[in-house]
Parts: sequence; C-alpha cells; structure tokens
Amino acid sequence: MAAYKWSRTAVFLLIFVSLIHTGKSDNGETLNDSVKGEEADQSVPGETQPSDESSSENGDAEQKQWYSTDLEMNDALEGSKAESGMNDSPGDSKLFTPPPAKDHFQEELVIRPLHSGDIYANFQFRTQLDTDFVQEGNKVSHYRLFPKSLGQLLSKFSVRELHISFTQGYWRTMQWGQPFIPAPPGAELWVWFHDTVLDVDENWKELTNVLSGIFCASLNFIDSTNTVEPSASFKPLGLGNVTDHRFLRYATLPREIVCTENLTPWKKLLPCGSKAGLAVLMKSEKLFHSSFHSQAVHIRSICKDWQCSSAAWELRQTLSVVFDLYTSGQGKKDWSLFKMFSRTVTEACPLASSSKIYVDVTDNPEGELFDLNPATPVLTTTVVLGDRRTYAVYDLTKAETFGQLRSLNLLIRWKGEAGDMLRPLLHAERYVAGFGLQTGEIHTLIYNNHPYRAFPVLLLESVPWYLRLYIHTLTIISKSRENKPSYIHYQPSKDRLRPHLLEMLVQLPPHSVTEVTVQFERALLKWTEYTPDPNHGFYVGSSVISALVPSVVAMDIKSPQERPLFSSFFHVKEESSYFVRVYTEPLLVNLPTPDFSMPYNVICLTCTVVAVAYGSFYNLLTRTFQVEEPSQPLAKRLANVIRRIRGVPPL
Amino acid sequence: MGLLSDPNRRKALTSLLTRLNTPLCVVCYLAGIAWFMGLAFEPFTLRTYMSENAMGSTMVEERFPSGERALATGREFAAQKKKVGGMPVDWLVKTMQARGLEVFTQSFSRTLPFPDENKERFMVRGTNVYGILRAPRAPRTEALVLSAPCSPGNSNNQAVGLLLGLAQYFRSQIYWAKDIIFLVNEHDLIGMQAWLEGYHHTNITGMDFTPLQGRAGSIQAALSMELSSDVITSLDLVLEGLNGQLPNLDLANLFHAFCQKLGILCTIQGKLQRNDWDSSEGYTHSAQTMMLMVLKQASGRPWGDHGLFLRYHIEAVTLRGINSFRHYKTDATTLGRLLEGMFRKLNNLLERLHQSYFFYLMPSLSRFVSIGYYMPAFGLLAAILLLRALDLWVQIGSPAPVSQDGVGETEPPSNPGVLSILTPIVISHLTGVALYTLPILSQDTAVEHFPVSETEAVVLTAIAIYTAGLALPHNTHRLISGEATEQGWRVLKLAALLYLAVLLGCTALINFSLGFILAVTLVPAAACVTPHMPKSLGALAMVLLSPGCTIFYCIFLFQDLQEAPVTLPECCVLFLSVISQGILDHTLYGSLIYPLLALFVYPCWLLLWNVLFWK
Repeated sequence: MAAYKWSRTAVFLLIFVSLIHTGKSDNGETLNDSVKGEEADQSVPGETQPSDESSSENGDAEQKQWYSTDLEMNDALEGSKAESGMNDSPGDSKLFTPPPAKDHFQEELVIRPLHSGDIYANFQFRTQLDTDFVQEGNKVSHYRLFPKSLGQLLSKFSVRELHISFTQGYWRTMQWGQPFIPAPPGAELWVWFHDTVLDVDENWKELTNVLSGIFCASLNFIDSTNTVEPSASFKPLGLGNVTDHRFLRYATLPREIVCTENLTPWKKLLPCGSKAGLAVLMKSEKLFHSSFHSQAVHIRSICKDWQCSSAAWELRQTLSVVFDLYTSGQGKKDWSLFKMFSRTVTEACPLASSSKIYVDVTDNPEGELFDLNPATPVLTTTVVLGDRRTYAVYDLTKAETFGQLRSLNLLIRWKGEAGDMLRPLLHAERYVAGFGLQTGEIHTLIYNNHPYRAFPVLLLESVPWYLRLYIHTLTIISKSRENKPSYIHYQPSKDRLRPHLLEMLVQLPPHSVTEVTVQFERALLKWTEYTPDPNHGFYVGSSVISALVPSVVAMDIKSPQERPLFSSFFHVKEESSYFVRVYTEPLLVNLPTPDFSMPYNVICLTCTVVAVAYGSFYNLLTRTFQVEEPSQPLAKRLANVIRRIRGVPPL
Repeated sequence: MGLLSDPNRRKALTSLLTRLNTPLCVVCYLAGIAWFMGLAFEPFTLRTYMSENAMGSTMVEERFPSGERALATGREFAAQKKKVGGMPVDWLVKTMQARGLEVFTQSFSRTLPFPDENKERFMVRGTNVYGILRAPRAPRTEALVLSAPCSPGNSNNQAVGLLLGLAQYFRSQIYWAKDIIFLVNEHDLIGMQAWLEGYHHTNITGMDFTPLQGRAGSIQAALSMELSSDVITSLDLVLEGLNGQLPNLDLANLFHAFCQKLGILCTIQGKLQRNDWDSSEGYTHSAQTMMLMVLKQASGRPWGDHGLFLRYHIEAVTLRGINSFRHYKTDATTLGRLLEGMFRKLNNLLERLHQSYFFYLMPSLSRFVSIGYYMPAFGLLAAILLLRALDLWVQIGSPAPVSQDGVGETEPPSNPGVLSILTPIVISHLTGVALYTLPILSQDTAVEHFPVSETEAVVLTAIAIYTAGLALPHNTHRLISGEATEQGWRVLKLAALLYLAVLLGCTALINFSLGFILAVTLVPAAACVTPHMPKSLGALAMVLLSPGCTIFYCIFLFQDLQEAPVTLPECCVLFLSVISQGILDHTLYGSLIYPLLALFVYPCWLLLWNVLFWK
C-alpha cells in the first residue's frame, strides 16, 4: 500500500515537472523530457533550477551527459581518438547520431537452396570496434554498437579470442554440403586467453559462469572434466600468432538443448535488436520449426584496414537454419521469406553500414532450376569453400529493392529436379560398436572423396574419463592398410578430473575411407555421480576434424574486407586449399547403471544377513564347548546335601 | 546357527530330515507344481500398469489418415516382388527416397550348416533396405526401429505397405526427437541378424555382410510388424525372444493401452482375454495362455523378428496381425494409428525402458506374474534336490545305524576313489561334447553312407549319439576301481544332485521357463534313482524322464494348447524338425539352448543313468 502511494506521488510529480517543461521550452522533445524529468525528479524540492538549466539548450544538456559518462570512464583519455571524436561532435547532434567511424555494423543473409529441397539460411551480423580494449591502459567503458556486456567480459578476463556456438541438430554434410560456419550439436566454447594471464583455469571458470548468465545456457557445467587444451586443432582465427596451447581452452556440452531462452539474449546483442533489419526475420517459432538451428558468437581481433596499421575487434554473430522440405515446406519446393520466417523484410537496420541478402544461384544460371522473384540484376561471384559461387544480391539499404509494396518477400520456386549433389570432399561419421555394458569400441570414419589428392587432417577426440580408452588398441586403417599418423598428442584422463584428449595428424589417401578405432571400458561410477536420468546414457562430444582441403578453384587471398561476410570467416593463406572443420555426431553411451530403487532392498537384505550371520558366527567362535556331566539322580543329590551338612565328603 | 552348533539338536534335525525325507520331497514337488498352476489364477496375479512416466497418459490424438493408400503401396510392393522374384530393392530404395528418408542397403549372405527343410533354404543371399527418418534438431544419438520382414510368397506385403505409409506420414511431422529407422529385412531372422550385427559392428555368428553406411545412434526400442491380409481381426503380441529373453513389460503395457484406446482386439499367444476368471473355463484359459508362454520361452527361439534385438539391450516386440475372428474387423488406418501412438509414446522416452519388469509371465494381456511370484515354484522343486543331497550326505557320513549308547565303533567306510567318480563324469561330458559337435561335423559321412538328406543326417546322428550315450559309460567304474561299493554310487549321486541343482538354478535365473520344465522331469528322476531299483522298470522311467523325452512332451503339449493336436507319428516328425531347428538356431543366431542341453543337462542325466546301473 505504501509503495502504491509512493508511486502515485511520483507520477504526479512527473506530470507537474513536465508541465513546467512544455511551458518553458518550445521544441518539447519527449525523449529529452523524460530524461530531464528523471533528473528533475530528484531535485523537485529545489524547484525551478534544473528546469532553467534545461531550458537553455537541449544540445548542451546532451553534451553534459556525454561528458559525465566520459568522466566515469577514466582519465587517460588523451591518446584515444575515440574520445576526441566524441568531444568534437557538434553541439546540436542528436543523442543517437553515430560519431564518425569508431565502430560499424554489417548484416547479411545468405540463402542457399539445397539439392535435397531443403533451404539453408545463414545470417551474419558483424560489428567491428576499432579500439583494442585489452591493451594495457586502454580501457574502454563507452560502447555504442559493440555490446557492453561482451566488451567488459573481454577486458576483465583478458580474452584474445572467443568462439561460442549453440546448436540444435546435426549438420548433414552428405545432403547439405559444407556449412559456412560449422558447429557441433550442443554447446561449444573455445577461448584463447592473453599470454599475460597468470591463472588461465581460474579465468576460464569465471568466464564460463559469466557466459552462462549472458546466454542463459548451462555453460556453468563446463569444468575440468570436460575441458581440454588442444595442441593443434584450434588455432587463433584472428590477429596474433601466439600458439602456446596453454592459453587455449576448449569444451563442448553435447547435451545442451538450445531454445528461445538462448536466442533472446543472443538477439539482444545486436545493435538493432530484433526491431529492424534482417533480425526481424528471427521469429523463434519459425526458427525452431526447422531441422537444424545453430547460433554462434565469434569475437576476435582483426586488422582495422587492409594495411593492418592497427588492430580492431570483430564480433560476428551468426545464425544458421535449415528449413525442411517436408515439415516446413509441406513437401513443395516453394520457398519464400514469408514461408520460412513468417515475416518479410521492410528495411535495413538503420545502424548498419551494409545490409544485404545473397541468394545462391550458381546452379541456376539461366533460371532453369528455380525462379527467383523479384529478380535482381546484381550478381556477385565469390570463392567460398573451394568453389566459385554466384550470388544474386539484394541491397537493403537501397529503397528500390523493396519495390512498390515497401517490403521484400523473396520467392524461390523450383521448376526442375536438382541433379545429384557433388559428394563433399571431406566428411566423417562416428559410432559405438559392440554391445553389453563392459567394453565397446569407438569407430570414426573419415571420408576423403577427392578423386586424386591426398590431404592431411587433424583429428581431435575428447572423451570423458568414464570411458577408459585403451590407447594400445588404437588402429587407423585406410584402404585396408595401416595408416601411421605423423603426429599424435595424447593426454590420458584422470578419474573425475580431466578427460582423454587425443589429437592426430592423419594423411587421408585420395578417394578413401579412413577408419580410426579405439576400444574402451565403461567405468562404474560412484552412485552420486550418476545423472538424474542415468538410463538415458552419457554423451561423448563430437570429434573435430580440421583440414586444409585442396581447392578446385584458386582461393581468394585478398584481404577479407571487400568480400561478403560468409566467405571471409576463415582466413585463406594459400590459393590451393581452403580450411574446413567437420564435426562428427556425438555419441550416447550407456554405462553400467544400478537399479536405483534397489538400495533400500539391498540395505534391508544385507542388514538381515549380516545380523544373522554375524550373530551366530560370533556365538560359535566365542563359545567354549565342554562335555556336560549327566545330571545326578534326585536321591543322590539329596544324599549329598545331607552329607555336606554332616561334613562328610559327597558321594 | 545355534540350532546347528548344538550336537544333540543337530542330530535330532538331521534324523528328522532323513526320516521324513521322502514325504518332504513329495510334498515339495506337489507344492511346486501346485504353486505354478496357481500362478494362472487371476486373484493371485497382478494387474499390469504403466511404470514409465514418460509413456503415461498424454493427450495425443492419432491422426494417421492413409491406411488405404498404405495398402495400395503394399499391393504395388507385392507386384514388384513378383516381378523381381525376391526383394524389390531398387523399388524400395526409390520409394523410401521419395518419402524423404535417407536410404541405405545392406547385402548379406550365409550358408547354413545344413539345409533348413522348414523354410527350404540353404545358401541364403539377400539385401536389407532401410531408410532413416532424421529427427529434426536431434543429433543422431537415439533411434527407434520399425521393421517389416519381406517374406517370400504372398505374405506380409501389407506390413511393408503400412511401413511405407507410416514413413510418409511421420516424415511430415516436426515432433520427432529420435531418429526412426524403417527397415525391410529379407529372409526374416537371418536378415535381421545381419542388420543388427552390422549396426553394432560385431560378428557373433560368422555371417558375411556389407558394413552399414548410415546409422542413427543407440536404438532405444523396436517394433516388428507382420500382417498378411488387408483386414485383420486381431493383433497378437509376441514377446518371447532369443534365449527366453523378454522385453520390458512396459512395451506390452503400451501395446495393450493403445489397443484399448483404439478398440482393437488384442491377443497374446493367440488367446483373447476372458473375464470369467472364477469359472473353471476361465482358469483353464489363462492357464493355457501361460503354459504357451512358458513353452515358447523355454524353447529359447526368437518367436518373431524382435527376438534378436533383445541381445543388444533393445526392447522390442512383434505385432502379428491375425485374421480369424470373423465378426470383428480392423482396417489399416486404425493399425497405422496404433503404431503412430506407440511411436509417439516411445519418442517421448527420456531414458531407455527400464522401469518395469524384465522377468514375468503373462496369463493374459492385462495380468502378469512377476519373478517374485513364480520363483517359489521353482524353488520348491530345487529344494528336493537339496533335501536329497542332504540325506545322502548324512548317509555317507554315518553308514551304519548308530548304536543306542551313542558310541558306535564301526569301521570308517572305505572312501571311494576319486577316479571312480571322476570317470563317469568325464565320460558323460565327453558324450555331451560329441552330441554337440558330431551331428554337424559328420553329416557328409552320414549322407554318403545312408540314404538320407543332410538335415535328416544331422538329426538322426544327434539321436544316435544320444541313444548311444545310454549304453556307453555305465560300467567304467569297475574297470578303474575293481569293484563297486555302496559308497560309490552315493557319492556319484550326491555329485549329480548338486550339479543338477546348480545347473537348474542358474538356468531358471536366466530363463525361468526352461529351468522349470527341466526341473519338472529331471528332479523326480534325480530324487528317486538308486541301483537297487528293478533295472528294467527304472531304466524305462529314466528314459521317459530324460531331456529328450521332455522335448517330446513339450511339443505334444504345445500343439495341444495351440488347438492343433497331433497324433504320435506327427509328433515324432515335429520332434525331428524341432531338433534340427534347435541346432540351426544355435549356429544362426547364437541360441544357447542346444549347447546347454547337449553339454550340461544331458551329461548330468547320464550321471543319474550311471547311478541306476551301478553294480
């Protein structure tokens, strides 16, 4: 009741103050009003003074606000261009006008019609921040487009590079080809820390807990039992060539379920949120009505410009969805933005410097496979994943893209039957062989479908400790001959402390299947270590296969700036090959599980047995056996009594 | 324990046990049989209930619409099958692909050790076709299987049609959390065995098969479907699997629940449920149902394609459509809805089926007897062996009647040499090994010398060795120790009794039915046999109670319960085919009944035979 009263007085005060405002200043911008109103709210007893101040000039007040935040930041402002840019900003600028080129934002959507009739949509949002806030003495606490929560995190934990992905479903390489950015089912997190960090494990632990809060995910379940330090598989993707793997941490949670509660915080990191731009398409009921969903955040430092004069931070948020032909498309190969997302695009994000939609039309040069409507004259060709692809481009920053209806609803209508897809050059699968609850065997099959080129792959397996790998049974067989890996890094597990880590560099012969097998024994857990659903089984995360695959066409080694976002994620160092990472399926392994309703019965039974057996054994062991005299007849006993009284020895 | 540590009371107890031994044994035997027969009486059994929460009541509406189209697909399949003259692999691959499944094939071949005359096959070569429906947003870790065998002739086409219809319908649904594998296996069990071994990358039975290309993680449950007509009157649930393994009772409960929901007549062992348990007909009916289950379980054969899944810890049942009760019809749409409902419930499973019973007998679909209730029946029979052993032990310990003053100063009995006991044991086991190995090894020789087919050769060799075993060993102890002592046969019988008790006890733990049936015949033989019986009468009784004859009675009883009574000569023919089937089951699927009987039970019985002819 008291609270209600208090709030009512506050409302009255607000109305009163705003009345004064509108009376005194003519422009009456509501936004500023409310800001000022809040300011005034605290100083109402003092009356008129603040309103006087505000009446002078709106721009002045804004300047004040900027200053105040700037002061909060730090005192070492002098070197920072950003701050000078801020101070130079003209006095009459609006609150949200961007200061010149401190950070910028790009968004794009790639739509690739797949041969299976499904459709693959990949969103990429890239925010670039042209300061390096991890450097000493260069602390930034003002954020414009770059999300503050992530920026603070990077500086607090001295993160050099952070990659996190949440995936629901498994990427079907054999039907869909290679994805632009691969991700394993569940959650994956890998982080490079700065080499100044003293206690990496502590930082890692705190970081996972913070991320868990930011993304509403169970990342806090990452601990030493599922964290590894891969020595070769995960190199930094950004600037810097520190490759000491002590500063790298990698963990997956294959069981993590991804749903709207992870999508909402992810969308909040976008400058426009889900209010404008491509992000309006992300309606969760459609995104999760799909056969694959993967969202990721990649943060790394990159070159600010093509000369690489200074470093900048790049935040890439990607979201991939594959819509199924049968469940989402009702079996008809007709796709439109509205059918996929139940939305159309009406505008670009106003904060974006570029906003584009690409549609892959490589297989459809003459329009014989599918109709694309509205047609666009703009085509671009880029080399991505070792193949030269042609894309139709829709630039959302141009008004003519939206046409008369002021909305863009792309239609892709299939006419013909798509031919067979080329087999992806590299793919892999994994399964558990054997039956019973004692031992088993993990089989990893790696396919090299290149007709004549052999290439090496790095295989990373991280297996929980409760599957005890027998490394002496490790065999690698290609074309029914033993294949000796040129590099092996094996870190044995420690019970309840750390998992097995096995990394190998294996040469894949051309057109072959390489089978990696290793046997394991299933450990018996302590009874408190079982999950609440022990009969579901225990997950083993995906193994990771990283490779430089020979490219059919010459790769583009230009600086990534000019290229579309989707083709510039992995750096291309040489023209002849491109980088691919393939994740296998996670495994579900049953461990020997006690019947958890039994302990009661067992306790009862054992107690009874112990009581009975112990009692009687104790009795037997401690008793002294002696021959019992046959008892004397009554007359004799009587006679003896009499004799004792008489003092004569008894009979 | 206090009772036993007191020598006087111990003496009293042992004298009581020895004095009352025979009546006690008789009482135990009768009580055991009575207990067992009482299990079928409804007030003594429990009503089935769903233990798994994930499969509990959910408001799911079954919407499968296209039963007629499924039957049309089935007819098309039949036409293709006739055209190709076997499994229409290409057609199946194309049809499954058109329904949006990932399709793979597996070819296998297997040469049987001898021709299977029941199914007329020897060199088996076939192809399994399976399509995987990938669950949206699931990482290929769990799967369910729906299988339909592609049998020769005109049967089971409807099942394949329904399977394809369900695949089409399931594919357009979004709610699947587990991949669903639609499997059409050729040559029924052999194809299924090849597929399962391929899936789990094992090779237990030495079959040749190509490795599988597509997998879907660990299989949680499987249903196998057998339909042979467009309209069926009832669905029969088949539970008994390899080596008498049973699927989790929840799977049976699930089937029963959906049959009731959709109004489908459901049977178990081909017997409808009756409500009149208090009448004698009602009791007989449920006793017959239970006996059929016991006999099927004891046979250790997989009674449907599901039977092979159980080895891999995959819960599975076979649903068999029956067209017999004329007035009641169920169409394919309803059947499809039944399967849809069951699959949706299985899809909801968070854990493997583990909540309910794995050891049970079912006198009707809504009643079950759990292990705690049926084990005492076996326990009472096994107690006879222990009582008898105790009696013999006491007799061996104090052979002469104890004199009244308690200080009997008789000569301690000359212990029979170890050899005189060991020799019969070794010889009878060698006979068992011969019975196990020779029939298959020597079939060529037999075919050369006698005018019989391979199958007959194998079966007749087995019977010949079995019979020869009776004549062979029973005088060996005289060669070794010179003369037989009274003690000798007692020790031998004691060993045989304990051996039999352990053997039957272990068997009953794994396969109650087999243990019980063997106990019913072997226990009286073991309890009664002594060398002092009239030889011819005793020999006749022993032969009648031998394991071979037990099989014979079981066949007779089984046929009788199935309402297809046979005459004695017919039964003999069946007996021969059952033996060949048993040997085939062992080599093809790894059934353990034949080795168990040949290597352990038969030698044990030979030991008792030895006792009878101890001189």
